[in-house]
Amino acid sequence: MLKQVHFNRSILPFLLVAPQIAITLVFFFWPASQALYQSFLVEDAFGLSTEFVWFDNFKELLSDPQYLGSFQRTAEFSILVAVIAMFAALVLAAMADRIVKGAMTYRTLLIWPYAIAPVIAGALWVFMFDPTLGIFVYALNALGIDWNYKVSGSQAMTLVILAAAWKQIAYNFLFFVAAMQSIPKSLIEAAAIDGAGPMRRFRSIILPLISPTSFFLLVVNVVYAFFDTFGIIDSMTQGGPANSTQILVYKVYYDGFVGLDLGSSAAQSVILMAIVIGLTVVQFRYIERKVDY
Amino acid sequence: MIENRPIVTFLAHLTVILGILIVAFPIWITFVAASHDAIRMTQVPIPLWPGDQFLVNMKQALTHGLGGAGGPPVWLMLMNSLITAMMIAIGKIIISLLSAYAIVYFKFPFRMGFFWMIFVTLMLPVEVRILPTYKVVADLSLLDSYWGMTLPLIASATATFMFRQVFLTIPDELLEAARIDGAGPMRFFWDILIPMSRTNIAALFVILFIYGWNQYLWPLLITTDPHLYTVTIGIKQMLNSAELTPEWNVIMMTALLAMIPPVFVVLSMQKMFVKGLTETDK
Repeated sequence: MLKQVHFNRSILPFLLVAPQIAITLVFFFWPASQALYQSFLVEDAFGLSTEFVWFDNFKELLSDPQYLGSFQRTAEFSILVAVIAMFAALVLAAMADRIVKGAMTYRTLLIWPYAIAPVIAGALWVFMFDPTLGIFVYALNALGIDWNYKVSGSQAMTLVILAAAWKQIAYNFLFFVAAMQSIPKSLIEAAAIDGAGPMRRFRSIILPLISPTSFFLLVVNVVYAFFDTFGIIDSMTQGGPANSTQILVYKVYYDGFVGLDLGSSAAQSVILMAIVIGLTVVQFRYIERKVDY
Repeated sequence: MIENRPIVTFLAHLTVILGILIVAFPIWITFVAASHDAIRMTQVPIPLWPGDQFLVNMKQALTHGLGGAGGPPVWLMLMNSLITAMMIAIGKIIISLLSAYAIVYFKFPFRMGFFWMIFVTLMLPVEVRILPTYKVVADLSLLDSYWGMTLPLIASATATFMFRQVFLTIPDELLEAARIDGAGPMRFFWDILIPMSRTNIAALFVILFIYGWNQYLWPLLITTDPHLYTVTIGIKQMLNSAELTPEWNVIMMTALLAMIPPVFVVLSMQKMFVKGLTETDK
């Protein structure tokens, strides 16, 4: 942690950490503790009186079918986004790993969707699937499929999942390619000499050896789907129709800023914080341990 | 190449090219939509081949924005995005360079306490504490200001961690040599540490610039003044008005303009980008 050779105590190190500590205190610790405190309060509609209610906000939330529904939706949404984005990236990376000529060009052409803002990605997908104008809707109608994501909840969910997964493929692809390139070529060659074909080598050598990366990506993708997809949801469906795409982050925003239910929004924030902390701890423990075979 | 299997290699190329086409298709549609006039974009089926209105639409978007919506012109939104992205990226880099330097190179009381305080922020994205953070910003009367849009996002630990790792790999002999030559702590920092971490700073800058440029929820909450809208907010406002007066050509042109800077940064600094991504996240 500390360098063997270091400077002795003086006022300087305090000045050096001061900016970051100040910002962390003001914009992080203070709001987080406020959220915690507020989650134990009930405020009337005009903000005139507040009452300390212990865990009532949490009890109410956890018995509220709307919140539990949102919880379930978020779980489905994030698992599907993670699975689709990781599977597509894995297939592409496995193929790109075989290619010698032009591999860099392919990489360049695959990674840039990472740079697109979620809200912009949402706008593109809304346009492609617009019920009256969308190019895909035209094709789907021609096939006899009725498409209107503004009416059908399951179609809206499909759409936000596709948009969110689309944006994440680039990220997963980069990490999978890096992991595959770090596998010693001698292992692959030895297997080839023993008569293992490309599929067999992928299943028995590559897949087990990249499992630490896969696990890391799984956590990152779930965190992405939980929090970074706010822009996608807001630009595509605003949580609708009939709350069918209202994931937890969207609900915190909606209940706090539109519904002005501060206590409930704070309690939801606290639950979300617990989820992120849980995911981070899981991630750190497994990165330390490494999934090995 | 392990073995020569032309069919498998051909399939590999085919799959990757197919993947690229699928990934790039939404962008192609955006480009096509941005190059037709508004009337063409209301006729089904919408075109799949570019038209000749690209520059006209670009001029319209940049100077007027969306005609009917009364929003600010897109050049102003792009400027706001640029300013906030730069403030976030540079701010994060400066404060984390300083704090990482203090934590690695100095022995002082509460050193580990400070380290853990910074470490904890790694866990909580701004999305989970929006309401109380909004209140703090409002109390400091920073609503509708660049500082309000950027300061809360500057508090994050990833950059501090990366610089800590970098500093730990720098050999101790350098500090000893610098001391013998009579350099003080700040001199050592400026003349040795900063130049030695140049590539890491650049790599981090790429990642943070994209992070800042793509912020949406936070600027949305903080700004009510349309002159402070970033381009991500502008797109959302345009989508809202698309229900009434669909001007998809201008909306898609704005989307295109909004993605050009971050995509350009990623592609032109690809090596730095990959380095930054793999080193900050792991």
